[in-house]
Amino acid sequence: MSTLLFTILVWLGGGTAGLLGSLTGLGGGVVIIPLLTLVFGVDIHYALGASLISVIATSSGAASAYVREGYSNVRIAMFLEIATTIGAIVGASLTARLPPEIIAAIFGGVLILSSYLTSRRRGDDSDCIPDRLTAKLRMSGTYPTGDGEKAYHACNVLGGFGVMLIAGGLSGLLGIGSGAFKVLAMDQIMRLPFKVSTTTSNFMIGVTAAASAGIYLGNGYVQPALVMPVMLGVLPGSMLGSRVLRKWAVRPLRLVFTVTILAMGIEMIYNGFTGRF
Amino acid sequence: MPQNRPDRTLEVIIGHTLRIGVITAATLVLAGGVYYLAENAFAPVDYHTFHPAAKHSLDLSGIIRNALALNSLGIIQLGLLVLIATPILRVILSVVAFALERDFLYVVVTAIVLMILLYSILAKGT
Repeated sequence: MSTLLFTILVWLGGGTAGLLGSLTGLGGGVVIIPLLTLVFGVDIHYALGASLISVIATSSGAASAYVREGYSNVRIAMFLEIATTIGAIVGASLTARLPPEIIAAIFGGVLILSSYLTSRRRGDDSDCIPDRLTAKLRMSGTYPTGDGEKAYHACNVLGGFGVMLIAGGLSGLLGIGSGAFKVLAMDQIMRLPFKVSTTTSNFMIGVTAAASAGIYLGNGYVQPALVMPVMLGVLPGSMLGSRVLRKWAVRPLRLVFTVTILAMGIEMIYNGFTGRF
Repeated sequence: MPQNRPDRTLEVIIGHTLRIGVITAATLVLAGGVYYLAENAFAPVDYHTFHPAAKHSLDLSGIIRNALALNSLGIIQLGLLVLIATPILRVILSVVAFALERDFLYVVVTAIVLMILLYSILAKGT
């Protein structure tokens, strides 16, 4: 395949990744890694490097709109980011001690279970009484809906923080997949509105990914000629995604998310068994 | 409950930074990419095998030197560095914005995130 054709195809793939990644809060890696490795036969190291850049591009491309419009909650993002980054550092340092196939299988199993749990949650209200910690950390706010601004607050802050520590650890071990747990912790445990959960995750994933940028660049995972069309596709895709999220109702967004993490879980188990990690 | 939404300073500052960073990064990568394709459009691609620490994995000064020499891959890499810097800048500006709002609890929270972030970049980056 010529470089020109390859670049165009990967650019289109990047656009899809940015769109799906910004809609779900999962980042572009969900699409980029299987596309590059399975369809184009790209080495997994280069695919991971491209995925890292696609996550940062998705996050930065959509975050500007999400923050300005009042969907992302910067306080919740920063508080949980402490847990994710500490978890990721600990996880990355344990990589050599735990077999990646088993981690991948656990990770995949959790994702499949979570896709079931996500599909079951119907309401979008903060169904708890805010406790003292929520008030002290000011984890409340309003976000735009079809019927105007709607108030919300976080529940079970410590539970969310704990899940983020574990999630950060798992994703640090594998180098991918932190976005899924961010959305799940905010949606399922902290009972935040779905759009607040996905857009706040979208804000956070860029920061988490930037933390591993040093090692990826230093080891030569980021191949500039390969990453170029990925990034140039992801950016407009993610900006489009931020417009779609504003217009769509919660139900179809939740469905897209559910299907995506189900696919991710299956992919994770498959990769684990074929020794791709 | 105190409301989060009137955090306009915070939202405006972060929104603008992201936008400027992303546009700068995209412009550099696009320029380098067009240049690269002009040179290599019909060359075959091969990313099947990984070459660790090949010529494209350079340190910061190497990337800047290459970009200034108008090497196409060097320009792309400089754009990628700008892209990677945007989330870091997002955190730095959040510290400033929380300080302007006199929300010192979150100045501390965000400063901790910034320190962990810088630690992991510097510790692994060299």
